[in-house]
Amino acid sequence: MKSGIVSYGAYIPRYRIKIEEIAKVWGDNPNSIIDGLMVYEKSVPDMDEDTITIAVEAARNAVNRANVNPEKIGAVFTGSESHPYAVKPTSTIVAEAIGATPNLTAADFEFACKAGTAAIQACAGMVESDMIELGLAIGSDVSQGAPGDALEYTAAAGGVAYIIGKENILAKIESTYSFTTDTPDFWRREGKPYPEHGGRFTGEPGYFKHVTSAASGLMERLGTKPSDYKYAVFHQPNGKFPTRVAKMLGFSGEQIKPGLVVSRLGNTYSGSCMMGLAAILDIAKAGDRIFMTAFGSGAGSDAFSFSVTDRIDEIRNGAPSVEELLANPTYINYATYAKHKGKIKL
Amino acid sequence: MTVARFWRRLKNLYNLIGTHCEKCGGYYYPPRNLCPKCRRSSRSVPFKFKGLGEVVTYTIIHSSTKDFEKQTPYILAIIKLNEGPHLTSQVICDHNDIHIGMKVKSAFRKLGEESDKGMLYYGTKFVPMGSRDK
Repeated sequence: MKSGIVSYGAYIPRYRIKIEEIAKVWGDNPNSIIDGLMVYEKSVPDMDEDTITIAVEAARNAVNRANVNPEKIGAVFTGSESHPYAVKPTSTIVAEAIGATPNLTAADFEFACKAGTAAIQACAGMVESDMIELGLAIGSDVSQGAPGDALEYTAAAGGVAYIIGKENILAKIESTYSFTTDTPDFWRREGKPYPEHGGRFTGEPGYFKHVTSAASGLMERLGTKPSDYKYAVFHQPNGKFPTRVAKMLGFSGEQIKPGLVVSRLGNTYSGSCMMGLAAILDIAKAGDRIFMTAFGSGAGSDAFSFSVTDRIDEIRNGAPSVEELLANPTYINYATYAKHKGKIKL
Repeated sequence: MTVARFWRRLKNLYNLIGTHCEKCGGYYYPPRNLCPKCRRSSRSVPFKFKGLGEVVTYTIIHSSTKDFEKQTPYILAIIKLNEGPHLTSQVICDHNDIHIGMKVKSAFRKLGEESDKGMLYYGTKFVPMGSRDK
């Protein structure tokens, strides 16, 4: 492929809640949850933060990092499963807030946790076909987890934005491959505040089948093997799934460690895998190859192979790194968390 | 705020777009049709502020209007932008950290909502300059 990442930006709210704090409320054993999920704490949005504000902050960081002219952005696609409006695009607000309007197309994407990577593919397609010069693909979520549900331990908030183009790229998209089936492992009905899931059904027929199929399909197409890559990142609903799927595919713990941000962040849904990629780009060097596979329930996986260029060193420090966004959090208790998440109905 | 009123001010609220008088060099936010100093001879053009400034003074609101009651207590401050204009805005930070002279930068936040089925209003608030800022 001729397209690649021109710039990227991330945003993580400053609040965190520890697993122990949530477990205390529901009478669960925190150690067994931490051991099982490999997650210690998760991010929580502020009272006035939502998918749109997070998407805007991430997009602004992406624009600023490489000093991109927003008027050259011809498409804005925002992937999320927590768009604040059911009807009224998140992407038009983002486009206006970064100064990209009015000569562009915009739409919102929804595919559980992989809507953001689907947006990258759409942007790459439009860039490669010369429909647009630059495309902005965002994954942003203030994930929902019902009180007392297992999801509540990991459903977090954060967003990542990627600007896709053909010139001045910091990482080339070598190829992308998707694997999609109708697998009802997780859903949220219209008008309902919290998603439902198939419990353990989300594992084997959902996550593992789709991630391994997409990843294997891409490596077969490219004729690559895990050892050809310096880094790998997989969708991280918890720490256990990506660690296990990496091992199944033949990637080492060392390859996935830099991108495994879930332990300190939680699952940012549409931002999950893309946040791991951003953390890797924060430290990657020219010539490094990066393997990424996202997963979205419902279900599908998008696999990507990237090759980092020497442009990365020129623009790396133009916006906050994922590590800087994770540093110095403000810890809150469950009551404050419930207030921030709108779980208390007045 | 009505939908039409918000829509007219949307660009100003999102991106701190005010005006600059090319005759006297003055900067204004919110935007003005005429420079108050140069009056009819003013040459006002739109100007996007960088969003950097400092806290001139502040108060902590414990008893608010109905629109903001879920956010109390919150910090309301007068911010002096680096280019000169003063504006009133919420500052999002720990209440123990706010102080006169605090360096702040703009952030995109939800300003409010009409109701649970009404419009959502977005715009600019301020956060402390910190390690996250470049």
